[in-house]
Amino acid sequence: MKLDCKHVWPYISDYIDDSVTPEERLAIERHLEHCEICSAILDSVHNILVLTADDRVFRLPLGFSERLHARVSEELVKVAPGVLAEEERYE
Amino acid sequence: MAQSIPEELECIQRILAGERDLFHDLIRPYERTVYLTAVSVLRDPAEAEDAAQEATLKAYRGLASFRGDAKFSTWLVTITLNEARSRLRKSGRVRLESLDTTEAQQDDYTPFLVADWREIPSETLEREELAQKIEQAVESLPPSYREVFLLRDKEEMSIEEIAQQLGVKGNLVKVRLFRARMLLQKRLAPYLQHALPQRRRWFSWLGGRA
Repeated sequence: MKLDCKHVWPYISDYIDDSVTPEERLAIERHLEHCEICSAILDSVHNILVLTADDRVFRLPLGFSERLHARVSEELVKVAPGVLAEEERYE
Repeated sequence: MAQSIPEELECIQRILAGERDLFHDLIRPYERTVYLTAVSVLRDPAEAEDAAQEATLKAYRGLASFRGDAKFSTWLVTITLNEARSRLRKSGRVRLESLDTTEAQQDDYTPFLVADWREIPSETLEREELAQKIEQAVESLPPSYREVFLLRDKEEMSIEEIAQQLGVKGNLVKVRLFRARMLLQKRLAPYLQHALPQRRRWFSWLGGRA
């Protein structure tokens, strides 16, 4: 199995998730060994995923937790936990 | 499917038996997940917060219908997705969003070509504009890609879990994820390449010497 650059790109995502077959993995790694561009693309995608996963990206709105628990507290006083109505469950 | 955590099941039993206040502890680890799930559908932070609150209350009201065969977090995400999607439907934004997706399907998933990549360390995110740029890029993804991307790469759910949540095949999840990641690379890599200030200084020093 031999891959060109544009055939490697569709595998980058699965490669990062480790969900390629051993044969695909071998072919991808062989290509990456001698292709600086694909290696750099892989690094950039990986880097972007690490940055996106950081808690500083998509921070919770300020006071989110306090407001949520305040609403929960109100609810806890009012009603006992029950069974979701069908229409709520499949809405 | 992943099993429920025993401590959570016990906690749920106790809440149902009358120790209602324990519900605060039950949901605390998932506040972020609930918010992110809502924002992945609705985009607007204020609306997402409201949907997150409502979904949490629904989870409380419906706690007795939770069956221990799934993780509590998965169940909570399902309720949140339903809540967010029903709001989206009511607001009439769905038509526009699905048009988005059709256009995106004709999009080109060729990555932005880079000759070498210098890693941007996470500390760089202390600069708010960098975090905002990433958020904007994620928000601009077509809805079905954005959803899958956030569930996988922010909430770290497995492909199978996401497929189950969304009621689609695992392969479709993978395709959407691939497209989302490629679109993000394409949009963010050119910007991030210049995000490290020390690199620019290095170049100007080199230039100065030459």
